[in-house]
Amino acid sequence: MIKFIIKGILRDRSRSLIPILVVIFGVFLTVLFYCYMKGAVNGFIDTGAKFDSGHVKIMSRAYDENSDQIPNDLAYIGAEQLISELKQEFPGFVWTKRIRFGGLLDVPDEAGETRAQGPVAGMALDLFTEDSLEWELLGIEDSIVRGKAPESPGEILISDEFADSLEIALGETATLISATMYGSMAAANFTVVGTVHFGISALDRGAMVADVKDIQMALDMEDAAGEILGFFENFVYREEEAGLAALKFNAKYEGDDDEFVPVMKSLHQQGGMVEMLDMINMYMPVMVTVFVIIMSIVLWNAGLIGSLRRYGEIGVRLAMGESKGHLYRSMIAESLILGCIGTVLGTAFALVIAFWLQEKGFNISQLMQSATLLINDVIRAKITPFAFVIGFIPGLLANVLGSSIAGIGIYRRKTAQLMKELEV
Amino acid sequence: MDNSYLIKTDELVKIFPMGETSIIALNHVNLMFKKAEFAGLVGPSGSGKTTLLNIIGSLDSPTEGSTTVMGQKIEDLSHKQGAELRNQHIGFIFQTFNLLPVYTVFENVEFPLLLLGLSPQERQDKVMKALEWVQLADRVKSKPAQLSGGESQRVAIARAVVKEPKIILADEPTANLDAENSHNILQTMEKINNELETTFIFATHDEKVIQYLRRKITLIDGKVAKDEVYDNPTGRGEEQ
Repeated sequence: MIKFIIKGILRDRSRSLIPILVVIFGVFLTVLFYCYMKGAVNGFIDTGAKFDSGHVKIMSRAYDENSDQIPNDLAYIGAEQLISELKQEFPGFVWTKRIRFGGLLDVPDEAGETRAQGPVAGMALDLFTEDSLEWELLGIEDSIVRGKAPESPGEILISDEFADSLEIALGETATLISATMYGSMAAANFTVVGTVHFGISALDRGAMVADVKDIQMALDMEDAAGEILGFFENFVYREEEAGLAALKFNAKYEGDDDEFVPVMKSLHQQGGMVEMLDMINMYMPVMVTVFVIIMSIVLWNAGLIGSLRRYGEIGVRLAMGESKGHLYRSMIAESLILGCIGTVLGTAFALVIAFWLQEKGFNISQLMQSATLLINDVIRAKITPFAFVIGFIPGLLANVLGSSIAGIGIYRRKTAQLMKELEV
Repeated sequence: MDNSYLIKTDELVKIFPMGETSIIALNHVNLMFKKAEFAGLVGPSGSGKTTLLNIIGSLDSPTEGSTTVMGQKIEDLSHKQGAELRNQHIGFIFQTFNLLPVYTVFENVEFPLLLLGLSPQERQDKVMKALEWVQLADRVKSKPAQLSGGESQRVAIARAVVKEPKIILADEPTANLDAENSHNILQTMEKINNELETTFIFATHDEKVIQYLRRKITLIDGKVAKDEVYDNPTGRGEEQ
């Protein structure tokens, strides 16, 4: 009987082509949208974690409360000791200290007068420790546009766009004018040895990358760090574990009112990320559900039209002794076959496009020119194992659901009425 | 029930509700059909011919009274049991042929055998035998669209006959055929009736069909007005 059904499907294009095209289209959109969203979300989390939040972040309580102002006067003092304790207590993480700072980068002329200057958003990273993870984490070497990576104290990188606007040449000295941890003015000279482009508009407008020890010295922050970031060893964020680590760490300081006690926050708990990640987590299943419903309605209508067109066939089959149940089941089997074909083709097409988007990405830098969020300018799709199966949810479920609803007509209509309608 | 009869209706009534009123399609019909009959229900439109065929074929159920087919009471059958009865014992021939357009002649005739779960070899043998009865063994691969009206109806006959049912119900089988094709079809059915002892019941008002009948039951307003048996189909016999 299955062979008989397949023959019918193959020969009757209106019975197969339209439902298959609908399924292909629906599955294609679902899979592609899923991959793109997955890529965008992963990219957003990944970039945010690497450049800003870590998988967990430790700050002083006061720094945390004012973290949007980058208050280095509230930085945590005793960073080295804390990191060594963290390494023992949380061996599944790797730790690095960072200082974010703002200020003016001044480029002097030959006479020492200001030739150009501009506001700078600085990142002080551990560049020279042997086991520093910053190079790999931020892909610094890959981001260098001109010049070389810093090799010794006093050498910095600035963003390529910023370097152009300052018209600074490689090897020239620039002066960072900022404030020390204790509120007095700070000025320190650095040599610009290279320019970088991270592909993140918010950074590429005016970034400065320096070694953390240089900045500690420049801003009078000995053994202090604004932030200590922790990353899971394989760099894959695990929300639950990060939350548990934060809970465990913070429990030690519960009841301590000192505003300089360290607090740990997971990526999930930082600066509106909770809402955003919850929204993203909620959005994906809602999207799939809405799509399944819409596609079910479309396929239901297609099924109804098909059933009406096949009234003759249905009546004849009933007259020949096929039971309503058997007929109904054969229609479901037919929809399963069509659903499978459509889903496989739709998924294949979507994965081809998703692969292209994974490799090439979609450049949104034009939209990001005034953005302050750390989002990559190039949004890439991400093909995960789930992308291979997600299409089966709408592809099969909607198709079978549509056919099931359409097929109810077989039960609702009396057999004799079907036969009467045959005599046209 | 008298076991020599395949079909028996007993005070059969069928009423169709039409809004606030109702139409009595069959009004206390008492009939019996035995093996190998070649009988016709004759009468004007709306006289209840098709309704009676539908009830005998377990496509519909009576409002009152009883219909027994092959020892089974139609009114007591579930949908599934009704389907089984049709599947095993009853063949249908329609006015508009109703062949499945995407399937070949062979596949159309094979379909009832698929429902019976026969093996491929059995199906092959039976289909070819049925197509030989209707002289279409050379058109097995043709699609219905490639057949003439007469050929299409012969395929429909082959489809009805292929499982060698006890009863074949034919509703206006010649309505869409010219005289020559009608006679060919009727001769084929008469031959099957003789060779296989299949009971044929027609619903018709076509004189060409009536000429072949050995029993003519005239229905008027849902009642049996006349029930005539002919020794010689082209002549007239005694009333029962």
